[in-house]
Amino acid sequence: MALKILYFASLRETIGRGGETIDLPDGAATVAALRDWLAGQGGGREALLTAKNLRAAVNQKMAGMDAAVADGDEVAFFPPVTGG
Amino acid sequence: MNEVSVQEADFDAGAEIAALTADDPQAGAVASFVGLVRADKLAEQKVGADGTVQAMSLEHYPGMTEQALAEIVAQARGRWELRRVRVIHRVGRLLPGERIVFVGVASGHRGDAFAACEFIMDYLKTRAPFWKKEETPAGGRWVDARETDDAAALRWQVSGGD
Repeated sequence: MALKILYFASLRETIGRGGETIDLPDGAATVAALRDWLAGQGGGREALLTAKNLRAAVNQKMAGMDAAVADGDEVAFFPPVTGG
Repeated sequence: MNEVSVQEADFDAGAEIAALTADDPQAGAVASFVGLVRADKLAEQKVGADGTVQAMSLEHYPGMTEQALAEIVAQARGRWELRRVRVIHRVGRLLPGERIVFVGVASGHRGDAFAACEFIMDYLKTRAPFWKKEETPAGGRWVDARETDDAAALRWQVSGGD
């Protein structure tokens, strides 16, 4: 399934890009499975596994690692937020 | 006027406070908060005496940020009797002393305004997708999230029951 992936803050810098469009092979369609698959693609994406307190959003809403992802979703990965 | 703005431009806190109650005779109280860029003591502890923050860059997640802030305001409205609410968060490069964030809440009586203003800031700190990067003489460093911010947000769940 096609997914739009976004990276922010320190993750964006480590991975060297703000986002990408991917075609995730069939299988367990959760944020955690997506994270693991991306990390396996290399190119700095291993940071998804080593990042402390990795956070995610699905379609611009905060989501846990067990949240489902579906074709066409926008999934963002980022460190804990530090605004205000 | 929008309740929520994410912008590079500075804001006029006095004008924002005035606008919260203009032509609203039911408003009896306004509570407001302004957050500033600090020449940070934390950075000195972490990167040495010359680690004073020279500037701060704020990154955000366009689209999600506005939704998250609107959702926080909606939750505040569900808990307290509020009149107008205004949240402004700046992004981009900011210097020490510059304003970063404004939260203003108008209500009939002060208790609702005080509580909602603090609630909105506590939730913004932990739920709105902003990230700060400090520029110091030793280089750039991303600001770590603080456990005290999580604790501040959590206490509303204990006392508020959600």
